[in-house]
Amino acid sequence: MNGRTPDVVVVGAGIVGACCAWAFAREGLSVTVLDRAGIGQGATAAGMGHIVVMDDSEAQFALCRYSQRLWAELRPQMPADVEWQACGTLWVAADEDELEEAARKKTFLEAAGIGCELLDAKSIAAAEPNLRPGLAGGLLQPGDSAIYSPCAARWLLAVSKVDVRLGVAVTRVRSGDVTLADGSEIAAGVIVLATGGAARSFVPHLPIRPRKGHLAITDRYPGWLNHQVVELGYVKSASGESAESVAFNIQPRATGQLLIGSSRQYGVDTPDIDQPILGRMLRRCIEYMPGLAGLSVIRTWTGFRASTPDKLPVIGPHPEARNVWVATGHEGLGITMATGTARLLADSVVGRAPEIAMHPFLPSRFVEVSRHD
Amino acid sequence: MPEIVVIGAGPAGLSAAAAVRSHGQRVVLLDENPAAGGQIWRGERTAVAQGVETMFGTRALGIASAGMLLCETSESAVVLPFRKLVVATGARERFLPFPGWTLPGVFGAGGLQAMVKSGFPVDGKRVVVAGTGPLLLEVAEYLRSRGARIAIVAEQARWTSLIRFGLALRHAPSKMAQAARLAFSTLPRAGCWVTEVHGTEHVEAATLTDGRRTWREACDYVACGFHLVPNTEIAAVLGCHLEGGVVWTDDLHETSISGIYCAGEPCGIGGVDKSLIEGEIAGHAAAGRLPVARLFAKRARARRFAAALDAVTRLRPELARLAREDTIVCRCEDVPLSRIRECSDWRSAKLLTRCGMGPCQGRVCGSALESLFGWRPESVRPPVQPARAGTLAGLTGSA
Ligand SMILES: Cc1cc2nc3c(=O)[nH]c(=O)nc-3n(C[C@H](O)[C@H](O)[C@H](O)COP(=O)(O)OP(=O)(O)OC[C@H]3O[C@@H](n4cnc5c(N)ncnc54)[C@H](O)[C@@H]3O)c2cc1C
Ligand SMILES: Cc1cc2nc3c(=O)[nH]c(=O)nc-3n(C[C@H](O)[C@H](O)[C@H](O)COP(=O)(O)OP(=O)(O)OC[C@H]3O[C@@H](n4cnc5c(N)ncnc54)[C@H](O)[C@@H]3O)c2cc1C
Repeated sequence: MNGRTPDVVVVGAGIVGACCAWAFAREGLSVTVLDRAGIGQGATAAGMGHIVVMDDSEAQFALCRYSQRLWAELRPQMPADVEWQACGTLWVAADEDELEEAARKKTFLEAAGIGCELLDAKSIAAAEPNLRPGLAGGLLQPGDSAIYSPCAARWLLAVSKVDVRLGVAVTRVRSGDVTLADGSEIAAGVIVLATGGAARSFVPHLPIRPRKGHLAITDRYPGWLNHQVVELGYVKSASGESAESVAFNIQPRATGQLLIGSSRQYGVDTPDIDQPILGRMLRRCIEYMPGLAGLSVIRTWTGFRASTPDKLPVIGPHPEARNVWVATGHEGLGITMATGTARLLADSVVGRAPEIAMHPFLPSRFVEVSRHD
Repeated sequence: MPEIVVIGAGPAGLSAAAAVRSHGQRVVLLDENPAAGGQIWRGERTAVAQGVETMFGTRALGIASAGMLLCETSESAVVLPFRKLVVATGARERFLPFPGWTLPGVFGAGGLQAMVKSGFPVDGKRVVVAGTGPLLLEVAEYLRSRGARIAIVAEQARWTSLIRFGLALRHAPSKMAQAARLAFSTLPRAGCWVTEVHGTEHVEAATLTDGRRTWREACDYVACGFHLVPNTEIAAVLGCHLEGGVVWTDDLHETSISGIYCAGEPCGIGGVDKSLIEGEIAGHAAAGRLPVARLFAKRARARRFAAALDAVTRLRPELARLAREDTIVCRCEDVPLSRIRECSDWRSAKLLTRCGMGPCQGRVCGSALESLFGWRPESVRPPVQPARAGTLAGLTGSA
């Protein structure tokens, strides 16, 4: 250890921890980032990296939108390996009911000043020729994008010039210091817990449940897909409570590969591929894009989303320990929301008014605040 | 009743299937190649024991559901019920990156042999054969028999270890040993290796060294192989325990998963005799019969040969230093050494450079990185080889 006490210790070098390091470094604070593994090896390694504005609730929408703006500001400096893709989101409406939902979404988004375009059956077929015929239409949200998040995390840590220590597990967090697995301690004025699903070990009663997801990636098929294409039913899958669900969700990567999702399962904590659910997920996608059946999948993997009962992240002060802050529970939107999450925390710490309301995200909505400090 | 399924129709799989059949039980032998023979008898007419059902052009990918093997042919997905499995998936060549190794005209030694067996002409071509292990000599002999001019067979092992190996062969079983003995006594240039391959569009020459002297050999092709890497992926994806990079089995070749057996190269590289014997033992055991005692004695001899082979093919440290900063290590994703050096382990190299993330899924660069940095590839998951989305979706019938 170099002896100096950092202003801020960030525990976790996933996308949320990396964004926090970036946001605190911008405030002129010295930051040390600790991770028990490497950079971006948790949920950040698994995610699709879709930066998407969702509108399941007002709070979700506000944070997505704020975060998306912050990502866009970073964009000009991003190195090529972050693979920023302005692929937009194409929400697919299978039938008239879903088309109505698309229209509702359009009204909502436009009222909020977000440009989007309603597509009829013909124009959705033209936009994505590999969609099956007979779909009702869809909604194109052109402002959404995709990134490769492990490299985004690495880049943010590098440009922030923070002290990054990998292979260092934190075993205890108190007001003013963290204890490492080797028994040593690091003192810091501010501690940020960006430990993803592992947050429960530091905030015991936080109602975070792991929600497993499967993904598959194909060989390179440049030009096969133009947008991130998602069925409107995805929202039901993501916001629902069923033990197991799948939805059609496919993304073109910068390499020409196709990243195929997605599944959601509660109550499983093993990372193994579950062939039946992978099969179900792929069948769902093939229903929408029959040509997928013949494309070559080179790899499949799983990851765990940190989900909360109200589907909103947990951002704010630790319920017990003063000057310890929590940033977790982002479910399937942690890549998107990482920038906004980090700025909300930095604002709180330096005492600046946040740009969006923070109360929907506070840990105190789940855990009683009892400060013994 | 679902039957015993043997994955891989090389020497190990063929003898396993024959042993099962000798007890009158049903056995299905499958291989992704269009015919039996494995690496060594590829393209030759190889007999399959009578009564063995075969499924060629069928690649095993993983488990579809309990007791069901997920496979794929060029047309469709196949789900095969099994009672017991014998994994006999053989080995592949080890590659090492050095400047120029990605130029057209640089092949794996066994790979070039396989290409020539299926019609690729080498008549009158000048070939540098380099790397390590007895395979080089087999390949050189074969290429010569097809009209190639062998510029040199460069064996990285020192003479002293070759001689020790030669002595070990006195007790070794027949075929491979014979070939090796013959070849080692005549051809190779020991203690010598390729440091760089030159050419603009295609190979034109190779630089070789013996550690003291460095020289160039003009050539049309470079065939290099740094011995073999066991194909353990299927076994791993079936949940079998691996130890030291090979599949762990008990004395009867049953793996840590009850009812799944493994034989041949995935249990440790040892050549055709070891594969034949292990396959036979595994076949009897899978059929629920005790193999005769003399098989175990033969296996012990074959394993001594394998151990000697292991020692002689141990790569000299100079080979791990050939690649330069701009040398491509991962061909699928075009990742140069300099980018991989920034990473601390295989997982971060994968995530941060995409190394090993392409279609070969680290089957080529994984063993190279193991030699260069000592990194062991991480866990394997289905599909062990690229497979159509329709197959993984469980859509049987045509894709
Ligand atoms: C299948 C799937 C698809 C997804 N798709 C998207 C998408 O398209 N768009 C999107 O926005 N989001 C997506 N997500 C969600 C997104 O991946 C996550 O929300 C996000 O990565 C969470 O980042 P994080 O930094 O909070 O957590 P993590 O990436 O899990 O990072 C936490 C870090 O903390 C470290 N850590 C934990 N405990 C300790 C300790 N005690 N000591 C030291 N270090 C510790 C871990 O090693 C880890 O590196 C997806 C998720 C999944 C699973
Ligand atoms: C490229 C190469 C060339 C070689 N040439 C020679 C030589 O000339 N002389 C010599 O003495 N030795 C040679 N060897 C060594 C030789 O292969 C072994 O000594 C011996 O043949 C191994 O027998 P085996 O049955 O264990 O494996 P293999 O002969 O390798 O047989 C394994 C079989 O399994 C099949 N298989 C693997 N995975 C799957 C899957 N998922 N689904 C379906 N099928 C699968 C393969 O197609 C292959 O046919 C060579 C090895 C290699 C890799």
